[in-house]
Amino acid sequence: MGVPLIDIRGLTVDFDAGQRVVRALHGVDLAIHGGEAVGLVGESGSGKSVTWLAALGLLGNRARIGGEVLFEGRNLVGAPASDLEAVRGARIAMIFQDPSSSLNPVYRIGQQLAEALQLHRGMSGAAALAEAARLLDRVGIADATRRLRDYPHELSGGMNQRVMIAMALSGQPRILVADEPTTALDATIQAQILELLQEIRRDSAMALVLISHDLGVVAENTDRVCVMYAGRIVEDAPIATIFEAPAHPYTSGLLAALPDLEGPRRRLLAIPGVVPEPWNLPLGCSFAPRCPEFERACEAAVPPAIELVHGHRAACIHARSGSA
Amino acid sequence: MSEPLLQAEGLVRHYRIRHGSRLFSHPATLRAVDGVSFTLQPGRTLGLVGESGCGKTTTARLVLGLLPLTEGEIRLQGETLPQAGSMRWRELRRVMQMVYQDPLAALDRRIAVGRQVMEPLVIHAIGAPAERRDRAMAILQSVGLQAHHFDRYPHELSGGQRQRIVLARALILSPRLLVCDEPISALDVSIQAQVVNLLLDLQAEMGLAYLFISHDLRMVRQVSHEVAVMYLGRIVERGDPDRLFAAPSHPYTQALVSAIPVAHRSGRQRLILKGDPPNPVDVPTGCAFHERCPIAVARCRTETPALRPLADGRHVACHLAPGAADA
Ligand SMILES: Nc1ncnc2c1ncn2[C@@H]1O[C@H](COP(=O)(O)OP(=O)(O)OP(=O)(O)O)[C@@H](O)[C@H]1O
Ligand SMILES: Nc1ncnc2c1ncn2[C@@H]1O[C@H](COP(=O)(O)OP(=O)(O)OP(=O)(O)O)[C@@H](O)[C@H]1O
Ligand SMILES: [Mg+2]
Ligand SMILES: [Mg+2]
Repeated sequence: MGVPLIDIRGLTVDFDAGQRVVRALHGVDLAIHGGEAVGLVGESGSGKSVTWLAALGLLGNRARIGGEVLFEGRNLVGAPASDLEAVRGARIAMIFQDPSSSLNPVYRIGQQLAEALQLHRGMSGAAALAEAARLLDRVGIADATRRLRDYPHELSGGMNQRVMIAMALSGQPRILVADEPTTALDATIQAQILELLQEIRRDSAMALVLISHDLGVVAENTDRVCVMYAGRIVEDAPIATIFEAPAHPYTSGLLAALPDLEGPRRRLLAIPGVVPEPWNLPLGCSFAPRCPEFERACEAAVPPAIELVHGHRAACIHARSGSA
Repeated sequence: MSEPLLQAEGLVRHYRIRHGSRLFSHPATLRAVDGVSFTLQPGRTLGLVGESGCGKTTTARLVLGLLPLTEGEIRLQGETLPQAGSMRWRELRRVMQMVYQDPLAALDRRIAVGRQVMEPLVIHAIGAPAERRDRAMAILQSVGLQAHHFDRYPHELSGGQRQRIVLARALILSPRLLVCDEPISALDVSIQAQVVNLLLDLQAEMGLAYLFISHDLRMVRQVSHEVAVMYLGRIVERGDPDRLFAAPSHPYTQALVSAIPVAHRSGRQRLILKGDPPNPVDVPTGCAFHERCPIAVARCRTETPALRPLADGRHVACHLAPGAADA
C-alpha cells in the first residue's frame, strides 16, 4: 500500500464547555492513500465533521486536540498557523456542511474564485479570471464566463454547490473532504453533484473523503467506508464487505433499519434507544446499551479496533471476520 | 369498496406574486398546485413525493382546509370541506390532523409535553381534567413513551421522542386521517425506523389513513399503498408503489428513482437529468418536464399530457408512455 497520504492517529477532541470539558472524539485512527475514496458515515453528532475540522486546525481555541495528523512529513496537530494555512485549501480542501458559511453573498462568484486562486496558486488579473472560468466550466456550469459576474443568490442551490466544488478545486488539492455535499439538495440534483465528484476524482487522482449520514450515497461513491459512533470509528471496511459481512452490530443495525427499494417489504428492524450524549457515555463500549449482542464483558472496557482481515477493522469484542 | 375518506378533485392553488428584477417587476402567477386529484380510502396510505417546491406541502395544507383553494373541491367522508374557521370545519378538524417535519418547532418549549398532548381535548372541551390526563397517558403509551415522560419539557427529550409527542397530540382526538409532512426527515437513521414502524402499528390498530409526504422514496415505499409523484404542481405518475419503483413509467419518475443511491445497482442505468427544475412562475408550455426530459418530442412542447391509465392500474401523464390509453 505504501505510505498513506494522510495518517490520523489517536485523534482526540475535547470541547471546553465552561463547567465541564466534553470529549467529542475518543481516538480516531484513519489513514488515507492517494486517489482513494473513503466514506465517513454515522448519525448526527458522531464526530464526522469534527474529525476533519480538528485535523485541519479549524476548531478554534475552545477545543483541545490530541493525537497526530501526519501529512506530507509533518504533524498538523499543534503546527503553526502559517503551516496550517498553507495546507488548507491548497493541499487539503474541504467543502463545508453549511454552504451558506462558505460563499460570501456580497461578492460575485468570479471575484471569490479569483481570490482563492491568488491565495493558493499566486494567480492574478486576467489569468486568474480565465482559470476561474475554466473551473466553472469544469464543474458543469454552462456559459461560465458570463456566470463569473453572478452573485451567489442568483444561482440555484445545485449551482452554488458546483461553485463550492470549483472553489475547492482551485488549489489543486490532493485530498478533497466533502462534508454532506448534497444533503440540502434535491434528489436529481444530488445525483448530478455526486456524478461530478466521481468524474473529478477519476481525472485527477485526488483522494476523496465523503462525509454522509446516508450509507447509500457512500456505497455508490467510495471504495471504503468508516462507520462512526459516539466519537469513534467502530468499523472500517471495503464497501462490499460492509454490506455483505458487517462485523460491528451497529453497522448491522444501520443496514437492517434501511428499507429496500425492491423486493418484498419487510418490517424494519429499528435500533432501540438513542445515541448517548457525549458527556454521558455508558461504561465500556458506547453502543452496549442498544446492542442486541450485549453481554457483561462489553461494559468492562472500550473494545479496541481489531483487524479481522487486511483492510477490515471493527471495534467489538464479538467481531469475527464475515459475521456480526 | 367503502366510501372514500378523502377525495381531492382538481385542486389548484395559485399565488399572485411580483416577478422579475426589483426595477422591472411585474405581477405574475405562481402555480404552486395546478390540478391535483386523488382519493384516499380509510386505513390506507397515499405517499406524495417530488422535489422541493413541487407543491407537496401546499397540497397537504389545502387538504386540511388551512389554505383556501383557488379551484377544486375536497370531500371528507363524502362531505364537501366547509370554509376554514366555520363551526363545521372545526368539528371536522377532529377527523384530520397534521404532523410536521420539525417536532421542536411544533411544540411549545415552555410547556411540559404531557399538557401539550392533552391540549386538543381542552380546546374541544372533551372530558373532565382527570379523564383527559388518563387519555393522554394512554396515548403516550401507544406511541411507545412512558408515564414519566408526561412532565418533561421538549428539550429534555430526544428527536425521536419529540416526534412521538407530536404524534400523540395528533392522535388524542382519534382522527381518521393523519397528514404527515416529512415526519421523519429530521430524525437520525436509527430513529426513523422506530417512527415508521410506529406509524404502521398505529394504522393497523386504529385504521388510520395517512397522506405521507417525504423525499425518501424508500421510506415512502415502505409505508404506502399508493404513491403519487408530483412535478411542478401536478401529479405525473400515480400507482402501486412496488410497480412504480420497480418500473417507473414517467421519465421524471425514472430519474427520481435512479437518483436513489443504492448499495448494489442491479443493472439499472443511472439517469442523470440536465438542469434544475424550472420555476413554478414560468412553467414551460406543454409538458412541464419537457425541457429536462431525455426523450421529449415536438408534441411535448405544445400539448400538456393528461393523467391516463396504464394496463397495470397505474396512471401516468406522458405522451410517450408505452401502453397508456389515449383519453
Ligand atoms: N464547537 C463545538 N463546541 C462544542 N461541541 C461541539 C462543537 N462542534 C461539535 N461539537 C460536538 O461534537 C460532537 C461531534 O459533532 P460533529 O459535528 O462532528 O458531528 P457529525 O457527525 O458531523 O454530525 P452531523 O451528521 O449532525 O453533521 C457532537 O456531540 C457535537 O455536539
Ligand atoms: N405563501 C406563498 N406565497 C408565494 N409562493 C408560495 C407560498 N407558499 C408556497 N409557495 C410556493 O409554492 C411552491 C410549492 O411550495 P410547497 O411548499 O408546496 O412545496 P413542497 O413540495 O412542499 O417543497 P419542499 O419539499 O421544499 O417542502 C413553491 O414554489 C413555493 O415557493
Ligand atoms: Mg457534520
Ligand atoms: Mg414541503
